[in-house]
Order: sequence, then structure tokens, then C-alpha cells
Amino acid sequence: MSERDWLPTTPRKSATFDDYALSEIRRAAATGIYDIRGGGSKRRLPNFDDLLLLGASMTRYPLEGYREKCGTEVTLGTRFAKNPLKLAIPITIAGMSFGSLSAQAKEALGRGASLAGTSTTTGDGGMTPEERGQSRHLVYQYLPSRYGMNPDDLRRADAIEIVIGQGAKPGGGGMLLGQKISDRVAQMRNLPKGIDQRSACRHPDWTGADDLEIKIHELREITNWEKPIYLKVGASRPYYDTALAVKSGADVVVLDGMQGGTAATQEVFIEHVGIPLLSAIRPAVQALQDLGMHRKVQLIVSGGIRNGADVAKALALGADAVAIGTAALTALGDNDPQWEAEYERLGTTAGAYDDWHEGKDPAGITTQTPELAARLDPVKAGRRLANYLKVMTLEAQTLARACGKNHLHNLEPEDLVALTIEAAAMARVPLAGTEWIPGQRF
Amino acid sequence: MPVVDLAKSSLRELNAALQQLGPTTNETDWTVLNPSGEHAIAAGVDAPVTVTIAGPVGYFCGGMNKLATLVVEGSAGQGVGENMMSGLIHVKGDASQSAGATGRGGLLIVEGNASARCGISMKGIDIVVKGGIGHLSAFMGQSGRLVVFGEAGEALGDSLYEARLYVRGPVAGLGADCIEKEMRDEHRQELFDLIKAAGEAGKVDVGEFRRYGSARKLYNFNIDNVDAY
Repeated sequence: MSERDWLPTTPRKSATFDDYALSEIRRAAATGIYDIRGGGSKRRLPNFDDLLLLGASMTRYPLEGYREKCGTEVTLGTRFAKNPLKLAIPITIAGMSFGSLSAQAKEALGRGASLAGTSTTTGDGGMTPEERGQSRHLVYQYLPSRYGMNPDDLRRADAIEIVIGQGAKPGGGGMLLGQKISDRVAQMRNLPKGIDQRSACRHPDWTGADDLEIKIHELREITNWEKPIYLKVGASRPYYDTALAVKSGADVVVLDGMQGGTAATQEVFIEHVGIPLLSAIRPAVQALQDLGMHRKVQLIVSGGIRNGADVAKALALGADAVAIGTAALTALGDNDPQWEAEYERLGTTAGAYDDWHEGKDPAGITTQTPELAARLDPVKAGRRLANYLKVMTLEAQTLARACGKNHLHNLEPEDLVALTIEAAAMARVPLAGTEWIPGQRF
Repeated sequence: MPVVDLAKSSLRELNAALQQLGPTTNETDWTVLNPSGEHAIAAGVDAPVTVTIAGPVGYFCGGMNKLATLVVEGSAGQGVGENMMSGLIHVKGDASQSAGATGRGGLLIVEGNASARCGISMKGIDIVVKGGIGHLSAFMGQSGRLVVFGEAGEALGDSLYEARLYVRGPVAGLGADCIEKEMRDEHRQELFDLIKAAGEAGKVDVGEFRRYGSARKLYNFNIDNVDAY
């Protein structure tokens, strides 16, 4: 009986306890700490690839690609601000802090955005001269930590973005780990060097929409009612959050889906809190429409925007503009295969590197180590970002013209269909080839 | 000596006039009548002037103040002196919650009581409260000094960084990572100076105060401290 006359069952790994889940259990058991990483949700989520645009046909005239204009400009902050922000393209750079990013990276973002005629945004760490100097349009974030906050920078800004939350972690605060706290970062944040810097999840001097209305009033008073005031929320309850943002007196709502990146947050938070951007836009637009404020209070959406098709689809769903973060860092050079050997030494590979909090970024972007940061040439990186922004804009224009639109803002839900039932329900457009919008009441 | 009556002028007119003042202005003594609890009175002033506000103010009075001396002849609503950079704000009555929140510098004096979250996330401001303070005061306080003549509520100095707290009365409870610390001569001296700046030199004995500060055990994450978070 020593010889088997049958083949053994093929070894079978659990779909539930897959290799990643098992490795995470082992990692947690060995280290006693949850996994912290940068970036946004990595799992497959319903996204803009699940939507298609309906090009012109017998019932619609397309516009000639090389002759007929398709406008891209957007004005943000038309509700109350004396000086609304006028951008050439509806693609902005999302808030990312000096501290999580090197000064060179912040400068490059400013250069690239300015070349493309759009805005960049500070982050949880205050405004740096490099960024202000290179950014034609700079949005200054007003965060719970108030690191680096002062009235002079507030007045130097072109707009103010009050951060309630972000898509990677709606309801969560932040943490910049000690290894990234250089002398300069420590000085800007008024904390000792080398300690973990926690960012609170709630603002210190107001709670709720009624208080926020007064806070916005104060910020307007301090800045002579000049600056557009944005309100950034992580996508979770977009209808009510947008309605309350309008009630609070915001000029612009920034809605960040769960694909939106973070400098450092718990993996469990990134992957399990919040909703995909695709599902968040229509409820937010609905709230604006119900209040008669669509296009009066502008809507910027972010979280996983990669190309001009994503831009066109987001605008067709009713957004006024989009913001990019991860994609902008990629354009600068983040996760570039040229650094593969170094990524491997860090136990990862180009395209997967997300330990941004550790400050060891071979590309010199998410670091405060001078030797690494010096690898990024802000001029060349800024040029790459500008190129990328222009390509995205051209792509979006190409698609809009094919739909017969002479401005990106003329794209509408009617131009879209969905490839999957999930996307049809979330984006509230029909499943391709049908008139069926799941969840719609007739 | 300009007088602005908020029963006749708008808040915008008042703040615009105050914010236009430069470092060499001759109009150094202002009076605001009928504040009636309006919000953001004298917010964003950046000049060495004195503004006396004849009555109670609402939220964020003196927000982000630089250089100016503001005297509130009444009580102050939420966030008085929030993020102030320098100068002096003197509240003759009580102050609501988050007084001096995230303040960077200058001195905030409250003659009466302050409420919850007094000095929350303070970043260099000095605060002297002659009454008591509410819960979660000096939460995540980074630097600066908080002096309290009366009692302190629950969770004083929770998640404290380097701010120093001096309390004369009973403390209902200390927050995570906040401990009582030895009062050395240098602390007695800085406390004396703060009491003097608040106009109480010779009337209040520094020996009656206790000092609280950070144990610095939560400065770098450690799973064994997880119960404290």
C-alpha cells in the first residue's frame, strides 16, 4: 500500500485567507502594530472605467477636433468671494503637505500647476516659500492641527480650503511619523524634532455646521471677503455633507472619494471607510440641485482620477472640476521603474511602493532626507506635471467634442452609460444598451 | 480716539478699519460700542493699537490677533483669541470654550472662568485664567503656558506635548500622558512673571500652584501604550 494509484488533491488556497490576508496576519502578530501606509484604496472598486461616453451619432453633432473650440476654463468661488479663482483647466492639484512631501516636490507641483494654468494646494504643515513662489494659484488648507497657520499666509493665499476630512480616512486624523520630522518640519509645526506628530480629527474651535458657518465668517472677515472658501469632505454621506457645506456658507465643495491618497494612515482605514468617488458625485450634485446651487457653489471631486476620460466622466456627472494627488506625484516621478533596484531593497516594487511615511522614497518625493530629496529636479518634474495636465485636458476635450460639447462643463449624465449594474446604480446612468438605472424609482 | 458704534456701523466696516492700521498709526486707541455678542469682532488686527470693546462678544473675537491689545468689557464667546500670534487679549468676564485655541503667541487673560478646551492645541500662547477651566483644556498643547487660579476639569493636558500648565485649584483629572511635575525655581520664576503680567503680582502666591506637563511617553507610537490612546 506504499504506492498511491491516485493523484493527490491540488493544494488549494483559501479565497478568504488569501496570500495578502495571511501575510498581514503574520505581520501584525510579529510587530504588534497596525499597518500604516500612504496612498489610497488599492482594491478593485467601481470606477470611471465602468462608464462609457456616448459619442455623437444621428441625433447629435460632434465638433471638429482641430477647428472647433471646446472650452476648459473654470471659475471657483463665485458665491461670496470678491476674487474668485479663475483656472484655465478644470484639473487642480490636491492638498499635500510639506513634511509628507519634500520642499522640492512641493515646488515642482507649483511649477507644473502654474504652467498648466491651474492651482495647487498646501497641506497639513503650512505654506512654504517654495510653493507660494512657484504657484500662480495657491489654495491654503485650514486643518484641525493648524500646523503653520498664520494670518499672513492666509492673506497670501488665493483660496482657503477648510478640511473636514479626506477620502482615504473620513473621520480620521493624521500622523507624521518621527523619522520625517526634520529640523525645518519641526520648526514649522512648533514641535520637537523626531517625535510623531499627530493631527487631530476634529477642529479645535468649532463643532458642527452652525459653528462652521461662524468660522467661515471669521475667515472671510480676516481676509476682507476676498478669498474663495472651499470645504473638503471625505466621501461618506455626500448628499448631506454637501447640503451642510452650502448651509455653512462655503463657496466650493471638495469631495474626495476613498481612492484619494493620504501621506500615512492605517491600511484598515484606507480600505474600509468611505465610499468610491463614482458613487459620491451624483448625491452631491443632487444636493446642490435641490438647493438651487448647482454651478453656483462649485464642486471639485477627487480620488483616483488618472486621465482625461476620468475628467470628462466626472464633469459629465456634474462636477465643476477635479483634483489629482497620486497621479500628480506619479507624473513627478513617484514609483518610477528607474528606481526598481532600490524599491526591491525596500521590499517592494515600482508601482507598489506606499511606505511614504518612512521617508525613504527613492524618487525623492515623499521624504525629508536631503540626499533623496535632491534627486528630484523641481524644474524638470514640474515640466512633466504640466505635460501630463495638458494631455489630460486634451483627452477630455477630445471626448467632449465627440459628444458635441463646446465646453467641458456641457457634458452631462445623458452622455454616459454604465458597463456594470453597480456603476449604473452608483452613477445613476443607464446600463449600456438598456434604459435601466438600478435603484431609480419610477 | 476713534469710536465705532456697532449699532450704527457694520462689523465689516469696523474690521476693515482696524485691519488697515499699520505699525506707525496714530490712531492707537479705539472703542467699540454695542458689540452685542457679534462674532469675529476685531479679528485679524495687525497693529500695535488698543481696542476696548464695551460689552460681550461672540465667537472668535480677536482671532489671529497680531500686536494689538484687545480689552473685552464683558464675556467672550467661543474661540476668543484663536490662533493669536502676539499682543494681548483681556477678557473682563468669562470665556466660552476653546479660548486661545492654537494660539501662537501673546497673552490671553480671562478674569472670570474659561470653559472646556481652554488652550486646546496651544502653540506658544500664554493664557492666564483667574477662575477655573473646563474639561480637555490644553489638549495636544504644543508649547506656551497655561495658568489657572481656580480649578481644572477632567482630562487636563490630554496628549500634551511641550506646553506647561500651572493650576492652583483642584484638578478633576489628568488626560493621557499628562503628569504632575516638580516645580523648580525656573518654573516659579516664569509663573511669577505671568501672574505679574496678569496684574496680580503680590496678590497670588506662586507656592500654591502645581505644575503639570507631558510624560512624553506617547511621543513615538508604541503598541504597549495602546490603552492610552
